[in-house]
Amino acid sequence: MSRIAARFAALKAEGRTALIPFITAGDPHPDVTVGLMHDLVDAGADIIELGVPFSDPMADGPVIQRASERALAHHVSLGDVMDMVKTFRETDGETPVILMGYLNPVEVMGYETFARRAAESGVDGALTVDVPPEEGHDLIQALRGQGLDAIYLAAPTSHRQRLEMIAEAASGFIYYVSLKGVTGSANLVLEEVERKLTEIREVTDMPLGVGFGIKDAEMAAAMARIADAVVVGSALVSRVEANASKPDKIGAELKQLLQEMRQAMDAI
Amino acid sequence: MENNDSFMNMPDEHGHFGPYGGIFVAETLMEALTELRGAYEKYLGDPDFLAELDADLQHYVGRPSPIYHAERLSRENGGAQIYLKREDLNHTGAHKVNNTIGQALLAKRMGKTRIIAETGAGQHGVATATVAARLGLECVVYMGEVDVARQEANVYRMRLLGAEVRSVSSGSRTLKDALNEAMRDWVATVDDTFYIIGTVAGPHPYPAMVRDFQAVIGREARQQIQDMTGSLPDALVACVGGGSNAIGLFYPFLDDKEVAIYGVEAAGEGLETGRHAAPLCAGEPGVLHGNRTYLMEDKDGQIIETHSISAGLDYPGVGPEHAWLKDTGRAKYVAIDDQEALDAFHRLTRTEGIIPALESSHAIAYGLKLAATMQPEQKVLVNLSGRGDKDMHTVAAIEGIAL
Repeated sequence: MSRIAARFAALKAEGRTALIPFITAGDPHPDVTVGLMHDLVDAGADIIELGVPFSDPMADGPVIQRASERALAHHVSLGDVMDMVKTFRETDGETPVILMGYLNPVEVMGYETFARRAAESGVDGALTVDVPPEEGHDLIQALRGQGLDAIYLAAPTSHRQRLEMIAEAASGFIYYVSLKGVTGSANLVLEEVERKLTEIREVTDMPLGVGFGIKDAEMAAAMARIADAVVVGSALVSRVEANASKPDKIGAELKQLLQEMRQAMDAI
Repeated sequence: MENNDSFMNMPDEHGHFGPYGGIFVAETLMEALTELRGAYEKYLGDPDFLAELDADLQHYVGRPSPIYHAERLSRENGGAQIYLKREDLNHTGAHKVNNTIGQALLAKRMGKTRIIAETGAGQHGVATATVAARLGLECVVYMGEVDVARQEANVYRMRLLGAEVRSVSSGSRTLKDALNEAMRDWVATVDDTFYIIGTVAGPHPYPAMVRDFQAVIGREARQQIQDMTGSLPDALVACVGGGSNAIGLFYPFLDDKEVAIYGVEAAGEGLETGRHAAPLCAGEPGVLHGNRTYLMEDKDGQIIETHSISAGLDYPGVGPEHAWLKDTGRAKYVAIDDQEALDAFHRLTRTEGIIPALESSHAIAYGLKLAATMQPEQKVLVNLSGRGDKDMHTVAAIEGIAL
């Protein structure tokens, strides 16, 4: 069983929902990332989603794009990100780590090399945002060949046939994008999310994560009632940005928000 | 010729031109692209739609645009005869409107009430704002902050036409960032919004659809040059940024194997300096803006900034069909630097009384080089994709003149 599957199974047995924080690797400086990952785990993270910086993050909003820009100012590469995970693994062998990013850095490295190095570094899965199932065959094969999960997105606009294709391509969990828009958008409607999750459950038994637009503990708790995992990204990255000039404060800031979410989610 | 030897049956049903093209977007856009593909396939075979498009191209754009034998330029240059396809004479001054007319009519048929577009130099933005004004559609144009500053006249023109110009301050603040921002808008507004991409890049069906709307250039030119001279040209030349004017000219000639095809990229300050916009000549394959193609990228796969005197060629990618034509050898891709383009700009202006766009000046420059190596009875057909009025400030500034 993969580390991701094992984590979801354990949570299910406890009747808890997974909390998955996202930060961009190298933001605001490559030296702080591994420490922040440990902070996130201390504050209650069940899985960590680590953003791989890209120059043209088309599916992300301004908050996460600026995080990429801060990391790229230090030339943080895909290889550097995997090295960070390797360092993180020296003292945490249990918390699953997923890389989230865009295809071109992977394409330049080569799918096989990427999958092998990721596995060697202790990465558990990859979510390559701009690779839909139709274009994903070779990448999925490379990932599976190394025992890595290929995480896939589902969207409010994904109809039944697409959901089946996504369920076929994905492993680990499915990440439901809870609103029409980019990361960090507003206007999340709970009933609509619930309706869609029910629809997705008709085509798969995989755990369902919900993300895009979850800003605070109250919303995280609401989502925890209907989803298997809650992903929080822009709300955390905003706090990184606000403290970019005083990096030693970032860990405490992230922990505070994540702990609030954890408590609210566990209280339902 | 056997159909499977044809260069004209690409892309395949998934939008692939060999290894290039495809649909590399987040799941949030897949349904919108499926809907668009359905409409494109339906209406591009629909006689009523095509009749409306043809009528608009004739009465509103002013098509067919003529071809012109640049006799004096040819004589002074020596070698082959140079013919110009006069896309500069279209309404709004460039080939861009062929595509915006087509996509706007498609938007109307699909019941969309809002149009968005990205623009670099502003020509596509103006062509989009123009058709949106005519059809009474709300129009938002995304433009990089850097381009907004250096293309003030076009920004004002778009606003006069009723479009909202949104300045994009992320990334390198140029065309590629405007495209990112337009995609983000579209993800959130797919229900009522149609995204008019200005070139033959982006996810399927855009590269094929924009080509089909621009292919009117080559269809006309292929007939016109035969009517005028009795035979096909020996060579075609067009500038390539994203590559829409080039593919528009090239496509109807792809199976005329005796016609040599040259796409001209922007060498900027020189290919050897790294400060250029020539992914086909000096880039590597990768994935950006929804398709696999040649890109300007660093060793880590990050997209790098491009440099060209002409804003319309200042793009780090290129249409996937050009990538495929390069690999198959059907078309050759070459590069012309800023100075060579500027020289050609002045030369055409002084010898023929035609002021070309700086983009088109790259094609003129290579056409002159090529013609000089050929015989006087041979013919080179150059796509004069746009007029140079928009470039007055740029050219004057280089000469130290403030307008």
